[in-house]
Amino acid sequence: MSTARKLPKRKGNLRPLFDGPEWSFELIRKVYDAMGEIALGELGLDIYPNQIEVITAEQMLDSYSSIGMPLMYRHWSFGKRFARDEAFYKRGMRTLAYELVINSDPCISYIMEENSMTMQALVLAHAAYGHNHFFKNNYQFQMWTQPDHIIDYLSFAKSYVAECEELYGQETVEIVLDAAHALMNQGISRDLRPRPRNVAKREKERAARRREHEEATYDPIYRTLPEITREGDAEPTDVQSEQRRLGLPEENLLYFLEKNAPKLEDWQRELLRIVRLLSQYFYPQRQTKMMNEGCATFVHYEIMNRLYERGQLTDGTMLEFLHSHSSVIFQPAFNDRRFGGINPYALGFAMMNDIRRIAVEPTVEDREWFPQIAGCGDPLGTLREAWALYRDESFILQYLSPKLMRDLRLFAVDDDAKESSLEVIAIHDEQGYRNLRRRLALHYDVAAQDPNLQVTDADLSGSRRLVLTHHVRNGVLLDKTEAERTLQYLAQLWGYRVKLIESDTEGGRVLKEHEALPMP
Amino acid sequence: MQVVDRRLNPKAKSLGNRQRFLRRAKAEIREAIRDSLKSRKVAEAEGAEKVTIRSKSLREPSFSLGRNTGQRDYILPGNEEYKVGDEIPKPQGGAGGRGSQGSPDGEGQDEFTFTLTKEEFLDLFFDDLKLPNLIKVKLKDMKAPKLARAGFTSDGPPARLNRARTMRKSMGRRMALRRPSTAEIARLEAELAAAEAENPADPGRIALLRSRLEYKQRLRRTIAYIDPIDLAYNRYERVPKPTTQAVMFCLMDASASMTEPLKDLAKRFFMLLHVFLTRYYREVHIVFIRHTSTAAEVDEDTFFRGTETGGTVISTALEEMLNVVRARYSPGDWNIYAAQASDGDNFHDDMPRCLELLDDDILPICQYFAYIETAHGERFNDTVETPVWHGYTEIAQRRRNFAMRRVAAPEDIFPVFHELFSGENAAA
Repeated sequence: MSTARKLPKRKGNLRPLFDGPEWSFELIRKVYDAMGEIALGELGLDIYPNQIEVITAEQMLDSYSSIGMPLMYRHWSFGKRFARDEAFYKRGMRTLAYELVINSDPCISYIMEENSMTMQALVLAHAAYGHNHFFKNNYQFQMWTQPDHIIDYLSFAKSYVAECEELYGQETVEIVLDAAHALMNQGISRDLRPRPRNVAKREKERAARRREHEEATYDPIYRTLPEITREGDAEPTDVQSEQRRLGLPEENLLYFLEKNAPKLEDWQRELLRIVRLLSQYFYPQRQTKMMNEGCATFVHYEIMNRLYERGQLTDGTMLEFLHSHSSVIFQPAFNDRRFGGINPYALGFAMMNDIRRIAVEPTVEDREWFPQIAGCGDPLGTLREAWALYRDESFILQYLSPKLMRDLRLFAVDDDAKESSLEVIAIHDEQGYRNLRRRLALHYDVAAQDPNLQVTDADLSGSRRLVLTHHVRNGVLLDKTEAERTLQYLAQLWGYRVKLIESDTEGGRVLKEHEALPMP
Repeated sequence: MQVVDRRLNPKAKSLGNRQRFLRRAKAEIREAIRDSLKSRKVAEAEGAEKVTIRSKSLREPSFSLGRNTGQRDYILPGNEEYKVGDEIPKPQGGAGGRGSQGSPDGEGQDEFTFTLTKEEFLDLFFDDLKLPNLIKVKLKDMKAPKLARAGFTSDGPPARLNRARTMRKSMGRRMALRRPSTAEIARLEAELAAAEAENPADPGRIALLRSRLEYKQRLRRTIAYIDPIDLAYNRYERVPKPTTQAVMFCLMDASASMTEPLKDLAKRFFMLLHVFLTRYYREVHIVFIRHTSTAAEVDEDTFFRGTETGGTVISTALEEMLNVVRARYSPGDWNIYAAQASDGDNFHDDMPRCLELLDDDILPICQYFAYIETAHGERFNDTVETPVWHGYTEIAQRRRNFAMRRVAAPEDIFPVFHELFSGENAAA
């Protein structure tokens, strides 16, 4: 990779900040401050206040299992994840991350006590400056997440779920959460900007009001009266206005169920809402994984090198750092046994470096491809802008250069389930660049990678049947067993028959149908 | 910036999640445990801490795209020789796990391996098993206090004075305070005597020596040879001393009528009993006694493998057991458990002798005596009584530490064990 440089020359003659592997709280503070000069001063980063928390390996495993959050409601699937990670870890099949960072304000980074001081420094640069800057400035995060509320919201969610378990029993709560988790990827509104989310207290009050109202209006006499069905009031509605009222088609299944499922209790709707909001909270992370890691890796590499140039890191520290840095950005080739897809760290870091190269020393080709930034002479400004305004998909479309495609020797193959072999459809040459770039970008488009499912019909007055449509792209159908199991969960929440139609995006031809009935 | 040390935060934050997870998988885990017990030695049952379950209830399905339909592309790095239009044979097993398409939580997760802690294992193993009252009493008795050394104290009865330690402290104190030794005084006295005897006497030196001697003598008087603060007494504490050892007698009929499947049933029963005992006793010995018309103590392999010919006289095994107890396991020091497996056959005239042995000698020294009767394939017809069953029924009604059950198939073992040790152990 183009980044394999020699140790930079030392210009400064400051004293090294530390020597040897031992870390201490004082040292962390000292190194953090020294890095701050570079990150905020020279690189111009803009960050949330940092909170660094030192944890043990076991606690790291703990956080892993609760999708990296410091607080989480209780659910068996987190226990399952913990058991699995622990088994892997104990058998030495997996090493733990050196760090974990949470998009919150203040930005919380977990660092492990086992790390050497060099690793702690790397982690500080990577998480406390790199990721932190990205969280604060990227438009996806600004638009979709409320970092100052997330911890509060989680603590509300945790106590709410606990309260429900108390009131209705663990197993009853579990049924709802299981179903909601199954639909988590369909719990995202991709286009709407969510209303500003309430803080925990307000949420709690809202939930309490719901219940109080229910209790206050509870009337045993009316209970014995025959229930007035909606058929009466909604009698003359034609299908279209009914659909409009329900906001169909709707891609956010959890939202739709929360609002419209006929049989759910209020607390069950609240649980759906919790899972939905969490899913929405993680959506930006899924959309910017590569950029986010690229940004953080670029920042840590820059900070460590500049510290070294000033004389603030020893040679030993620098070598240890470079060793772990290069294993983080290692990208095996497709035919290597270690290959497991494109490493987001590698691609992200390479793209950031490439942008710098284009800004500072562009080739003729670069001037043609990137007229707006080539040779602009402000690499960091260009990068900061890219970090703020793009997500993985658009970032690749905008900035992946022919040179980098050549360096990575990218090529695209076509896999048709009907054929017995794969076909190479584009390689890193003049004819292939745009094609490759477009296809790669599509792989980073979460919306294009998740199956496109929508609620297309819901009959609330008659059979109460719910119809989902999977808009099939390129003939790729849903995994049958998985789809049927998930559909079963969906039927459980909806309370009546649920039908899933897989139809061709272009022709509208029905390719497959699944159905599920709730179990009593 | 703030650095927070969270290392001392309460551990096992995910304990609640784990408990939920285990509850969820309980049925499968129990089955897995039962399966893994089949291939183990009696004393090894507890090794089964790693559990692999294939679980319906642990699935986390989601809508995901299938791999076997339609058309897709991959973008791969590291092209060496390919040009547009080249064909690449598909890798075996489809193109799974490639590119950004591979979903890590997709397939292949139905089977799931993880490690149970010993406690969790046993809890699941015994589940809601209640100990019979008799054993509860016995477990409490195990708490009989015993004196155990617990360091030193500065006060105590003279008999507990620890002389070595006291003298060590005394010596340290004397050295620290520079208490003159007798030798030092003697040397001074000798010097003084010599000075006085000198001719002409040196009055200055005599006065000096004399005052020094006096000073040393005063030091010796004021600094005690043994001071109260030197005293060290052995300290004892009453600690409950559990009877930590148990011996488990496995008695089995080895005559030809005990076929392999029947022995297998018996083995599982012994195994379960062993696991149960190791939960309560630090050390559990197992004695295998097999019998035909004569009985002998044998090792485990012979016990389960070998078959002998001959009649069946159970009392020989009981006698052999008593012999072993007398020789090696005094009832005062050992908790004695016995488990007998047989197909219910016995030489008819022998039954009175058996009952007598049980009633007079064995049951009084046993914590528990369990008898299981194994039968071929088909389930029992309750109306048919074997001689042993008939004979034992009367004891079972009278003695609370005697229990009997019938077992026909492997599935019966676990429930039987459950019943044997559940609150009431009424005979079937």
